[in-house]
Amino acid sequence: MCGLGGILNRRGKRISGKEIIAVANAMEPRYDGRGGGFAAYGIYPKYKDYFALHVFLDDEEARKKTEEYLKERVEIKKDEEVPTRNIKEIPRQHITWRYFVDAPEKFKEEDYIVETVMHINDCIEGAYVASSGKNMGVFKATGMPCNVARLFKVEDYKAYCWVSHGRFPTNTPGWWGGAHPFNILDWSVVHNGEISSYGTNRRYLETHGYKCRLLTDTEVVAYLFDLLVRKQGLSVETTAIALTPPFWKHIDRMPEEKRKIYAALRMTYAPAMLNGPFGIIVANRNMMIGLNDRIKLRPLIAAENGDFTYIASEEAAIREVCPKPEKIWAPKAGSPVIARLNEV
Amino acid sequence: MRFPPEFKVVRDQEKCTKCKRCTIECTFEVHGYDKKKKRMVANDENCVACQRCVFTCPTKALVIERRPPTFSDHPTWTEWIRRDIMTQAKTGSVILASMGNEKPYQSLFDSIVIDACQVTNPAIDPLREPMELRTYLGRKPEKIEIENDALKTEIAPNLKLETPIMIAHMSYGAISLEVHKALATAAKEQGTMMGSGEGGLHKELYPFADHIIVQVASGRFGVHEEYLKIAAGMEIKIGQGAKPGIGGHLPGPKITEPISETRMIPVGTDALSPAPHHDIYSIEDLSRLIYALKEATRYKKPVFVKIAAVNNSAPIATGIIRAGADAVVLDGFRAGTGAAPQVIRDNLGIPIEAAIAAVDQRLREEGIRHWGSIIASGSIRTSADVAKAIALGADAVYIGTAALIALGCTVCKKCYTGKCTWGIATQVPKLRKRLDPEKGAKAVSNLIQAWNHELKEILGALGINSVESLRGNRERLRGVGLSQPDLDVLGILPAGK
Repeated sequence: MCGLGGILNRRGKRISGKEIIAVANAMEPRYDGRGGGFAAYGIYPKYKDYFALHVFLDDEEARKKTEEYLKERVEIKKDEEVPTRNIKEIPRQHITWRYFVDAPEKFKEEDYIVETVMHINDCIEGAYVASSGKNMGVFKATGMPCNVARLFKVEDYKAYCWVSHGRFPTNTPGWWGGAHPFNILDWSVVHNGEISSYGTNRRYLETHGYKCRLLTDTEVVAYLFDLLVRKQGLSVETTAIALTPPFWKHIDRMPEEKRKIYAALRMTYAPAMLNGPFGIIVANRNMMIGLNDRIKLRPLIAAENGDFTYIASEEAAIREVCPKPEKIWAPKAGSPVIARLNEV
Repeated sequence: MRFPPEFKVVRDQEKCTKCKRCTIECTFEVHGYDKKKKRMVANDENCVACQRCVFTCPTKALVIERRPPTFSDHPTWTEWIRRDIMTQAKTGSVILASMGNEKPYQSLFDSIVIDACQVTNPAIDPLREPMELRTYLGRKPEKIEIENDALKTEIAPNLKLETPIMIAHMSYGAISLEVHKALATAAKEQGTMMGSGEGGLHKELYPFADHIIVQVASGRFGVHEEYLKIAAGMEIKIGQGAKPGIGGHLPGPKITEPISETRMIPVGTDALSPAPHHDIYSIEDLSRLIYALKEATRYKKPVFVKIAAVNNSAPIATGIIRAGADAVVLDGFRAGTGAAPQVIRDNLGIPIEAAIAAVDQRLREEGIRHWGSIIASGSIRTSADVAKAIALGADAVYIGTAALIALGCTVCKKCYTGKCTWGIATQVPKLRKRLDPEKGAKAVSNLIQAWNHELKEILGALGINSVESLRGNRERLRGVGLSQPDLDVLGILPAGK
């Protein structure tokens, strides 16, 4: 069991971290204290054109190695420690450093940054990149979300899109890197449940050059969105069909052209299909997406109020910050909720 | 000097009514009537334990027993080795055998167990929730492009199956027309495919052609334009798991009028399939045949290529896929056959489990897994074997022996004699009549349906509701009692890890 929360202001108005902390705290019985985290979009307006790398570093040695490697690969515009406060609930496992970097012009910059991140995670001992998108960042650690928020002073940030996660892990041990959100570039994923098709999905991603090293199923969701949307150019709607397609019995009844598209998607993206019980929230700089498994074995509730879209594991969490939303509903199994920036 | 018999016919003389039914049912001339003694007698030496007399005896008076070992025990010189040596000392010939490998190699399938859900990922009840087995075989695109709500990407021809279980290639000639009809009817009923085998397609099977994959083997028997055009797909047979590197030989007496017409060879001549295709001596040659078949059918049908599972299957399979095949069929070293030299059958090739794992992994490493499907065959005995084959990386499986057992085959291993008492591996008209194609079709269809149900139960226990999420999902398998090198080849962890 885990708890998810998400808030997007579709006009891009930035709101304080206090809101998402309230959402997360309303679902405390869903967590066991072994992982909590937040993703925030719009927090670094001053450096919005630079990739913000949030890096967990075990020691000074790891920091040196990471910096040496980064200097070879990218231009570092600014770097500093991510501000934290000392709290007794979460013993310090790592120092958290942020680098604002730019890729050299001759490279396709996003692929280049992905390669850089994969290299650090894979080859530099004691270093792990928690997030790597522009104008965004992931704050996560082993602890209750309320304490993770205190640790990283989340209430001090302002973002137009917030995503939260509290963990009750049952498959992988709790460590900072293993907490959600998982991120690659500006894709962030929080996940409640289990991806029972993990082995199939992982091997599919590996043929496309992704390295799934965290041994956790959520990672594949982030990479699948990156592959299908960014690399292959599918729309988010189409990607959602590929990942949680309708059953064949429904596809068989569709009108000719639609049926052809759905059948082609199922045939082609069979190894990308996500199976097992899950609710997920995926966000990037332009949108927030909620997605359930094909038979809705995990809860997911969405709501709209004015410019705001909310998605959470529990209705109570949404009502904590928005007591009377104009619209509140339980999205159907396998049907995505897609809320876009500037779509009001 | 003759061998002591292997089996003993035990007749309950109290129950026996001397109706002589057994003398009619047995084609191996075991049973007889002793006029002097006025009782039924048996010639044990001829008995093959096919059980036909036991099943058909109206008073259930018969039991076939295995006789105790004749020779003194020896762990190296087993009774069977001694019998074979003595036979060959007498005949100077190759020993012929039927059905699959009889040596007791460790079964990898039986050393693999399947995961199940508990608490954190709920199991799914297939009786309440939809559970999907639909499978497409053939080349898939790398990605899909949609423009103005229309599909822009062209999809190569694929075979659509409602189950990942297909019926294997067994030729008309090796088996009877009635068996072919039964298998084709079952394939149609279950929304799957049957293989024609290498003996062509009898005209009576043409109405089922959209559920038939026609084979093009080294003998090219019965291959003509219409044969290719009416079929759902085509399959080039390079090798067979039961006899890798060996051709086939259907003896002249089996080439009856209808078989002669179907195979397009004269009545009574031996049908010889050479070991290699005489126009394929390299991968380039194979590619030409693949494209010749595609040209002949206007690129509307997939072409599969079947090989025996051997050490080098992985690079060979990538070559086959790169040569243009839409699927590679891997036939394991336990695969069945109507006739093969025993030494070949029992000693050549590798287990299908290892071949699937190696080929799937290699195609992925080369980034071409989506170019073609993997079909596994040879000793798929249960729905659990199907599930394990798919989790190791296969897209679908072929079942041969299992389908024949559904038809009544008791695996007496005498297919090569043509005297099949169950009317399966025979062309003798009065024996063929023993198999009712309609009842046979129902039996094979039932078997596939039962396995489909079981597959759905397995998927449900795994917490997944579509077979594609099992495909290549080795995370959900564990090895029991396998060595580390075996686990590495299969790409699975040991149980408990």
